Amino acid sequence: MAEPDRPPRSDRSPWNWLLLIPIVVPLLTFLYNHDEPRLAGFPVFYWLQFAFILLGVGTTTVVYQMTKRSRR
Amino acid sequence: MSDHITEIVVFTFLFLLVSGMGFVASRWRAPKDMAHLDEWGLGGRSFGGWITWFLVGGDLYTAYTFVAVPALIFGAGAAGFFAVPYTVVIYPLFFLILIRLWSVSHRHGFVTPADFVRTRFESPTLALIVAITGIVATMPYIALQLIGIEAVLKTMGVTGESALARHLPIIIAFAILAAYTYQSGLRAPALIAFVKDTLIYIVILVAVLYLPYKLGGWGAIFDAADAKFQASPNPNDGILLNANNQVQYFTLALGSALALFLYPHSITGVLASRNREVIKRNMSALPAYSLLLGLIALLGYMAISAGVKPLPGSKPGSVDSNTVVPLLFDQQFPSWFAGVAFAAIGIGALVPAAIMSIAAANLFTRNIYKEYLRKDATHAQEANVAKITSLVVKIGAVACIVFLDPQFSIDLQLIGGVIILQTAPAVVIGLYTRWLHRGALIAGWVAGMTLGFWMLWQIPNAATGRAHFGGSAFPLKEFGFDTQVTIYVGFVTVLVNLLIAVIATFILRAAKTPEGVDGTTSDDYFADEGDPRIERQRDTPVENVSST
Repeated sequence: MAEPDRPPRSDRSPWNWLLLIPIVVPLLTFLYNHDEPRLAGFPVFYWLQFAFILLGVGTTTVVYQMTKRSRR
Repeated sequence: MSDHITEIVVFTFLFLLVSGMGFVASRWRAPKDMAHLDEWGLGGRSFGGWITWFLVGGDLYTAYTFVAVPALIFGAGAAGFFAVPYTVVIYPLFFLILIRLWSVSHRHGFVTPADFVRTRFESPTLALIVAITGIVATMPYIALQLIGIEAVLKTMGVTGESALARHLPIIIAFAILAAYTYQSGLRAPALIAFVKDTLIYIVILVAVLYLPYKLGGWGAIFDAADAKFQASPNPNDGILLNANNQVQYFTLALGSALALFLYPHSITGVLASRNREVIKRNMSALPAYSLLLGLIALLGYMAISAGVKPLPGSKPGSVDSNTVVPLLFDQQFPSWFAGVAFAAIGIGALVPAAIMSIAAANLFTRNIYKEYLRKDATHAQEANVAKITSLVVKIGAVACIVFLDPQFSIDLQLIGGVIILQTAPAVVIGLYTRWLHRGALIAGWVAGMTLGFWMLWQIPNAATGRAHFGGSAFPLKEFGFDTQVTIYVGFVTVLVNLLIAVIATFILRAAKTPEGVDGTTSDDYFADEGDPRIERQRDTPVENVSST
């Protein structure tokens, strides 16, 4: 029962593909399952996974900004 | 007990302070009419960016997480750090998928994911399955929050001889919680979350700056943990993963992210937000909690480095590893600050426990009471039933802890994560397409549940000497593969569930089984605040709009 007086809405955007990065990268254990090089005493396993949090924040923010109200 | 007096005083003071806030919350952002499930159970669907951030953060990162994740790191090392990739992966998923659930729920007045499934697939049976799965998975989760409080009380020396005396503080705490949740609904945890999270952030910041300084730096902390794991006979512990548990690590992270997504309490938190912008913005702000969680996880290594010995467990000879973090605080902090830290954990249990009981109550009210017991229930009756259900749920959770071995709740929680995943094909895929047949979704759910129970039953735990329900890491050699690799049970079962659902869809379609009518339109999945059709609905005093 779509209302004919309005164009169909969508939130499709090529920018959404960027979100695959923070979904896939943190799951690739071979990337970070190492001890050296340590950073401030943290093995790679720990500091790199902390860095993925920033990766997640970064990509989500970019996608949010780029898709914001652009289709209204 | 006397050497813990300062801690107990600080803890009690802060606890009473937030309890007072819980009662006042009913007047905060006061609704016109509290006798409506939207008001009691979703805070009027009006929460903005900051409240949503605190509420969802306080909801997803529970007291149990704060106690159990470092306990896991303390015991097994790197494998426990899955909590970090898990909470990184979840936000992009929320951003893409949950936003659709928000829109369609906003448009149709859905309160629970089962409401959505009912309308989407025109199947009260499928909705009932989703609702019951949600309630069953949530109950032990609430009980686990009590374990978080109990670990703190134990460390402060608040124990007693008889079971009743030992549990009295928890019973009182939960009675207070139940009373203000009854009165204020979702507004209570939303307001308390501000205090809880502020306390947690302060405690953790102090801990991660001050403790490494006291313990000789991060390098020394990791080296001490490494030395402990080298010396232990368990082949699967260590500060890094080994060849056998990497698959378990990433499947558990992904599976847990999907499960969290489907838990009724996280959906309740998200549905309470005001509009799509609030949710999207929050998905880039909520990972601040993941950082916090990662740091909390590392408290497990600090406890190793500080030589913490966990307190004895409920059975003779066992240890309660959940006490390592409270003990670390008790040992390293001045007692007033340890009191603040304990209050942070204790209050941290209240926020999710309140939201979970509200979510379970919403499910019962909407998908069992209104569907099967009283079809013509008014909004006021719905709100009333939900309030009473939230009380029953909390009494049930307390009874679980008081009368049963706490291990039982931990087992149930483990099972809960696996069974909630079985609603993924109906809820998540349903948000995109209704290609899967409603009957096929039920068949897939049955297959996933059966396989899940069988797999969990097969897993022993060498450390605790248990033959069944020993964990969620399933050895692939049980399937006949020649390997030591383990995988997360939930991940396998949800794939099987999906496979069965696809096959059954082909069969049912070939047999021309009726598919029901979709009550939603593709436009509904993008509806936002101020949608003209919603405003129209809100103005009409028709009682059963929701049963569209």
